Parts: sequence; structure tokens; C-alpha cells
Amino acid sequence: MKDWRYWLSAQQGTLTAVAIFAVMFVIYTANHPAGFTANVVQTAANKGVLLAFVAMAQTLVVITAGIDLSVGMILLLTNCLASWIVIGTPLETAMGVIAVLLVGALCGAINGAIVIYGRLQPIVTTIATGAVYFGIALLLRPFPGGSVNEDLADALTGRLFGVIPSSLVTLAGVVLVVWIPYSRSVYGRAAYAAGSSETAAYMSGMPIRRGKFLSYTLGGLIAAVGGLFLTFFTYTGDAALASGNAYTLFSIAAVVLGGVSLFGGKGSAIGAIFGALAFRTIGDLLFVFDFDPIWQPLFQGLILLVAVSMGAIALVRVRNRLEWFL
Amino acid sequence: MSETGTVRMTERMPSFVRRLDRAVVIAFACIVLLLILGSLYSSSFLSPEYLLQQLKVASFLGVIATGMMLVILLGQIDLSVPWAVSTGAMMACAAAAYGDVGAAFAIPFGILCGVAIGVVNGLGVAYLRIPSMIMTLATNAVAQGAMVVYTGGFSPQDSATGAMRFLATGSMIPGIPNVVIIWALVGAGMVFVLTRTSFGRCVYGIGNRERAAYLSGINTRRIVLIAFAVAGGLSALGGILLAGYASKAAQSMGDAYLLPAIAAVVLGGTSIIGGRGSYLGTIAGVILITLLQSILSVMQMPEAGRQIIYGLVIIVMLLLYGRTATER
Repeated sequence: MKDWRYWLSAQQGTLTAVAIFAVMFVIYTANHPAGFTANVVQTAANKGVLLAFVAMAQTLVVITAGIDLSVGMILLLTNCLASWIVIGTPLETAMGVIAVLLVGALCGAINGAIVIYGRLQPIVTTIATGAVYFGIALLLRPFPGGSVNEDLADALTGRLFGVIPSSLVTLAGVVLVVWIPYSRSVYGRAAYAAGSSETAAYMSGMPIRRGKFLSYTLGGLIAAVGGLFLTFFTYTGDAALASGNAYTLFSIAAVVLGGVSLFGGKGSAIGAIFGALAFRTIGDLLFVFDFDPIWQPLFQGLILLVAVSMGAIALVRVRNRLEWFL
Repeated sequence: MSETGTVRMTERMPSFVRRLDRAVVIAFACIVLLLILGSLYSSSFLSPEYLLQQLKVASFLGVIATGMMLVILLGQIDLSVPWAVSTGAMMACAAAAYGDVGAAFAIPFGILCGVAIGVVNGLGVAYLRIPSMIMTLATNAVAQGAMVVYTGGFSPQDSATGAMRFLATGSMIPGIPNVVIIWALVGAGMVFVLTRTSFGRCVYGIGNRERAAYLSGINTRRIVLIAFAVAGGLSALGGILLAGYASKAAQSMGDAYLLPAIAAVVLGGTSIIGGRGSYLGTIAGVILITLLQSILSVMQMPEAGRQIIYGLVIIVMLLLYGRTATER
């Protein structure tokens, strides 16, 4: 086999996600009353980017064969924190942004420490830490409110040179600064290897623990970027349990759509980003087709159900029935 | 060295103590500790009325946690609890609107809807081999969507039938609320199934290693399907009882039961990766969670503080006994 074939089979999930998104987005813009204009793209980008950050955060954890059910709560916590401290002079705002990112990374690091060094299962751990993070968010903002540096918010949710949505530029920046160095580092490879087979990775002397710990920490950091953006869109902080749970749920859906295996060791954050954008576009499709908004949850649920059932196609290729059981 | 010390100590204990799981003992010890701490705050925490009231509140969670336990024993998880609960409640109330015939079939119909959700979960997990976490999330989303369409996004106007109210609030035997009896019956049934039937042994077998269970000739896929169906039905039953308690169904009535149900099962020593756990532990977990919530709300702890303490208690207790073996 040639090199490009290996590359193709490794990137299969990601490329499928890109294709799904492209098809959805073409249908969406073709039927949108305003058509393919900078405004439509900007609105779509702003809605999608938020979920894309959360999905990226989820991917980093899922790669290690874990799951982060607290990712929506980290988003809420950083959102509530940002509505207090990301304000004032440019210097104060910058310090605020750094503090919010550090708090997000700390949340992820706590998850990682409990899972790796405390040896608890990721599902229960992140359910419990999620409750704690939500509690802290509620302490910070018992009622929706607060404010944010509006110059920065408008700059990051507006357009660059009048055409490119700056939220997309930020997303690309995070990919370049966090994801690419991570996935090419020894620790990133160790996280992939640990997700694929922890025993084999251990036997090969890979730094599994540090790799997994880094994944959880970076996951928290990226969720905090999402929290910052949520604040920039809404100008307020709001600790709403339902919205936190929805982001967690959608992040898992986006990860699956993006071709990342929930069993770990397979997939990329790029795929998850396109999975997130595709998932958002599917939700918006209903509006351009003038459906009653009441059908939206059912429609999204059915799409999700169909999307996850597509994983079953692989069963057709199974020759030995024992491969059913992982 | 400490390991041999514990072994020697347990050997000296009477046999019935030795058979108990460490997790169950710790969970019951925590219940006693909570009651003592509560009684320091107010003596009414030890009154029979308060304890019976707590048992009644715990019964709703107990019924739901029973189904969750069955699924967790398989090494799977059921995240469709919130809308299985709401669907059961709403459909039972909806059937009640169709006159006497509807009222008579309200409870079976509600449970049947829950079973249907469970069957979809089971088909996806057992036959399509989709990870249970994402499969049950998806059915939860579909159930939610269907209910939103059905109710138009508002709380439904139908109210619970007399039978539902009687089951949830009445007491057939004086002094013992009906829900407690229902939980006792459901629990007794589960204990019987888990310890005395081949189905129960299959559940533990699959939870330990599905591949080995399959090679032993167990139809593992059918067992998983049945387990999910039962879990869905029990969630719906919990919803029906809740609807009877509040005399109507509400949109988000099930949301408050997912995490407590998982927490109760896991705090009771059932391994989240499956194959290990006893129903006694789940009882302890359910009572522990209910008491914790009740005492925190009696102390007028704000919601934020309750969430934080709740999360911390789960983590600390699991760090005490829920740790997995090291990889080496």
C-alpha cells in the first residue's frame, strides 16, 4: 500500500465528518433566504464554534478511552467566572482571560488526577466533579448577570477584514497552538496508545499517566476557551443546569459524528470540530425549511440515533463473532 | 502487611459479618453517621415520622436505581432515565384522559412506554453493538423530542388517575406508605432474579466478561436486551409513582433522578465496569443519597452548596473503596 492509502484509512472518520458537514452546509446556505453571505456564515460560525470547543475538549479525554461528563459544567463555571473578571482596562481583561483559562485547566487537571492517580472510573468521577463545578458556578452567579469587556467580545465574535468570522480564526488558532503540538508530542502519542491498549502502552514504556493527565488538563483548558466565548456571545454569566447538560450531551454526539471512537485511541479533534459544526447545521436546517420549532428536539434526537447506528455498519465486516465483544 | 492484618481480623469476625462487602458496610456506617450528625443539629432527625418520611422519599429513587443497577451490573449504563421517567409519567397521565378504560390501563401503558424505550436501548447496545453511553443518550433525546411534540412544549394538563395517587400517597397497611411496599416488592424481585435464577447469574457473567459468557453458551444479546427493557420499565414505574405523588406529570421531572440513581448504585459498591455488586448495597446507597439530600435541605443549605457537598461525598466515598486495580 502506498503512503497516501495509510493516511486515508487513518483519517477516514475525520474526512467523513468533513463531508457530512460540507453537504449539510451547502443545503443550509442554498435554502437560506439570504444565501451564502458573510452575515450568514458569521452567525453559523458563532453558533458552531462554541460546540466545536466543547467537542474538542471531549475528544482529548475520549482518545484516552475516558469520558468527560463534566465538560458542560466546566463551560458554565468558566462562563460565570469570566462574567466577573474579564472586564476593565486591557491589562485587567488580559489577566482575567488568563485566570479563566487557568481555572479551566485546573478543573481538567482535577478530573485527570482523580481518574489516573485515584484510579476511579471516568464516568462516575466526572459526574461527581461536574456536580461540584456546577455548585461553584452557582455560587458565582446565583442569578444570570455580570458583564464582559464588550470591545474584546465584539472583536472576537465579529468579522476579520469584513469577511472572515473571527471566531473561526480563534478556533483555528486553538487547533494550531494546542491540538497539533499535543497530537505530535510524545505525551499525545502516549494518550492515543493508552486509549488503544493501556497494557501494551505500559509494556512499551510510554508515559501513559503523564499523557492522560495532559489530555484531561488540556481538555479543561479548551472547555474554558468555550466558556470565554459563551460569555462573549451573551455578555452575561448564567449557571443553567439544563444548558450545561445539553453541552455535555452534544459534545458526545459531535465527537461520535466526528469519527472519534468512544472506545479510545482513534480519531482527531479536527474530526470532532467538523462533527460539532455538522450537528449545529442539522439543528439549523429545520429553520430554513420553516418547520415548527417544536419538532427540533425530536429531529435532532433522530439524527443522533441514526448517526450512532451507522457505527453498526462495521458489524457487517466482522468475520469472527467474538469480535462483537470488545 | 496491612493486607494480612485485615485478613486475620476478618477471620475472627462472625461469618455473617465476613460475608458483607466492605462497600456495603461503609455505606451503612455513613448512614448512621449522617443520622448522628443530623440529630446533633435537630433531635427530630431521629423521630420515627421523619425516618418513615425519608423511606417514602427514598422509594421513588429506589425503584429507578433498581433498573439502573441491573444495567450497571452488565457493565453498561442507562442515561435515558430522565426521559424514560417523564415519558412513563406523561403517557400514564395521557391514557387517564380517555375515560374509565384509559384510567384502568394508565399504569400498564406508562410502564409499556418505558419498556419500549428500554427495548430500543437494548437493541442498539446488544445487537448493533453501540456503546451504551451514546445509545441511551440518543434514545433519551428522541424520547424528549417526542414528548415535546406531544405536549407542545408545555407541562401537560392531564392529571394522574386515582390508582396512581393511591399507590404513591396512600397506605394499604396502616403506617406503611404504599411506595415503600412497592420498592420492597421490586427489590425482593430483583434479589430473587439476581441470586436465584440463571438470568441473574448470566447478568453477573456478562458483566465480568461478555466474551467468556458467550463462549459458555449464554445468549448474551438477549440477556442484555431484557435487562435494558426491565430498566426502562422500572424508570417508567418510578415516573408513574412520581406523577401520582404530584398528581400530574411535568416536563423535567426525571432530570433530578439520573445522577442520584447512578450515584446510589455505585456508592452501594456495585462496580461501574460491571459484574460485581449486591442489592443490599444499592439499598444503602439509595438511603444514603436521600438522607444526604434531606439533611442538607433541612439545614437550608443553598443549592450551590448542596451540589458541591454531593459531588465531594461521592468522590471521597469512592476513593475509600471504589478504586480499580493498578495496571502492573
